[in-house]
Amino acid sequence: MSFGPHLLLATLEGLVTSAVLALMALGLSLVFGVMRVVNVAHGEFFMLGAVVAWWVASIVGGHPAVGFLAALVVSPLVVAAVAFAAERLVLRRLSYEPEATIVATIGLLYIIQQLALTFYGPEARPVEAPFSIRVTLPWFGYSGYKLFVIAVAALLVVATWLMLTRTRAGLLMRATQYDRETAQAFAIPVDRVYAGVFALGAGLAAIAAVLIVPIQQAHYLMGLDPLLLSFIVVIIGGLGSLRGTVLAAVLIGLSDGIISVFFSPTLAKMLATLLVALVLVFRPQGLFGTAPR
Amino acid sequence: MRTDGLARIVALHLGLVLLLLALNWLLPEYHRGVFSRILVLAVFAMGYNVMFGYTGLLSLGHAMFFAAGLYGAGLTVYHLGWPAPAGFAAGLAAGLALALAVGVLALRTTGVAFMIVTLMFAQVIYLLTLYFTTYTRGEEGLVLAPEDRFIALPGAVLDPTDPSTRYLLALALFAAALAATVAIVRAPFGRTLVAIRENEERMRMLGYDVFANKLAAVAVSGVLCAAAGAAYALLFGYVGAGFASIQYSILPLLWVLLGGAATTLGPIVGTLAMFYVVDVTSGYTSAYLLVVGLALILLILYFPRGLVGTLRERWLPWLP
Repeated sequence: MSFGPHLLLATLEGLVTSAVLALMALGLSLVFGVMRVVNVAHGEFFMLGAVVAWWVASIVGGHPAVGFLAALVVSPLVVAAVAFAAERLVLRRLSYEPEATIVATIGLLYIIQQLALTFYGPEARPVEAPFSIRVTLPWFGYSGYKLFVIAVAALLVVATWLMLTRTRAGLLMRATQYDRETAQAFAIPVDRVYAGVFALGAGLAAIAAVLIVPIQQAHYLMGLDPLLLSFIVVIIGGLGSLRGTVLAAVLIGLSDGIISVFFSPTLAKMLATLLVALVLVFRPQGLFGTAPR
Repeated sequence: MRTDGLARIVALHLGLVLLLLALNWLLPEYHRGVFSRILVLAVFAMGYNVMFGYTGLLSLGHAMFFAAGLYGAGLTVYHLGWPAPAGFAAGLAAGLALALAVGVLALRTTGVAFMIVTLMFAQVIYLLTLYFTTYTRGEEGLVLAPEDRFIALPGAVLDPTDPSTRYLLALALFAAALAATVAIVRAPFGRTLVAIRENEERMRMLGYDVFANKLAAVAVSGVLCAAAGAAYALLFGYVGAGFASIQYSILPLLWVLLGGAATTLGPIVGTLAMFYVVDVTSGYTSAYLLVVGLALILLILYFPRGLVGTLRERWLPWLP
């Protein structure tokens, strides 16, 4: 295969990564933006989403599409419920103090990981893709499902965007993000908004996981890499800026895909991580963010 | 502040070291091995405590300093055939260099960004150990030959593979680190760090160079953690990428929280307690991470001062 098609393949692979990353980082960014909480357990919500998807798909049976659709509905709900419970039982009692919440979400990370290992086991298990169409391009055939993932993720990002800018719930979230105390003074139930945002963030991670699980199998350690990548995305995009997050997800996903195809994946990860640390050091508001008020 | 307490502070810490010395002959073989490991890892926790407890800098990447010592000692001994003491010195130097480099960059950020930056730098170090797998053998790690780890003294050769020698060497390192922390904490430098933790702006206004003091704290912390790493490589003869992973950045945080942040004895108490909690529970369940996770959440929710911290708050206000 010559360079052009090779690059196209790398770009497509990069776009799949971008799509999943955008959903996941959007959740992380929302939680950080509104609640000022760095959720280290976000990767485990992703993993939990994948595991629940496998579990639902294996129970439902029948045509793979039925199991997949059931997983797409059930898994985010289950994960959001877990996140909701964690928020009520732990984070709220810490009054969202940044250092304490980081320690608590690290604890949550270990608990979810261990429970997955105990009850799901160390094996990696796939979920069958809902359909197996190969799109034939002049140079190579490409999985139709991967294109579907890109499309669905793009739709969901737009839907989240509309939810935030056009609905009452979104207005409450934005008001809370902008100024928590004034929001409270205007009788916005800040406490419930927090719980909702935390559950929504986890749900987005779970949807990302359900989408990826037919491509990449469900495994109890699968949460760490996406977590670090999401951190990278959220930081490059500017902490708490949703537009920046989506842009950065596309950027990072594409470059990760392209660098990994042409160079070593470890090198790609290393460079990205170093780059991000330096962005945080020299431009803490992110590449696309604006300086804090 | 409490200059009159010096005698009993010295007595308490000396007493602990003497008690640990006596344990060399009292402990059963298995527990002596566990204690050797705990003493070395407690030094790691003490290094962490200098930053987290006294200076108020929460780092999520201290595994990189431990790894700097571990690989600084391990690689020079394994590949260059350096004698063990020179390897130990190389580990310390690697830790100091890394601490200064990371400190200069990371200290430009504060709060959440500082935590993430340290996490990222540690991840880069971890990936480096995997990338240079030809030299480090990655996750599988290197095993140092026993004769390479001998410490030649004039007139005697110390053999770290002998359990008693190993325990005593670990104890010597622990005692030195403990003495260093007590000295730092009681010195004007330590007071300055605590004051920065309590109110950075005020210190700046009073004319203190906050950045230089914080950088010094990172350097001290990095060197202590690197000492623990280098000692680990030489005493236990194993150097692996696992020690550079995120988990080893979280563990010192857990040990210090459990023992009590900003107490000199908290790190050893926390490390000891956590090791035996895991040891006892692993008899019933293999779910070791569950114990770690629950411990973190319960500590931060209900017991944020830790064991020694609570002791100090309730009954013994003179504890350093």
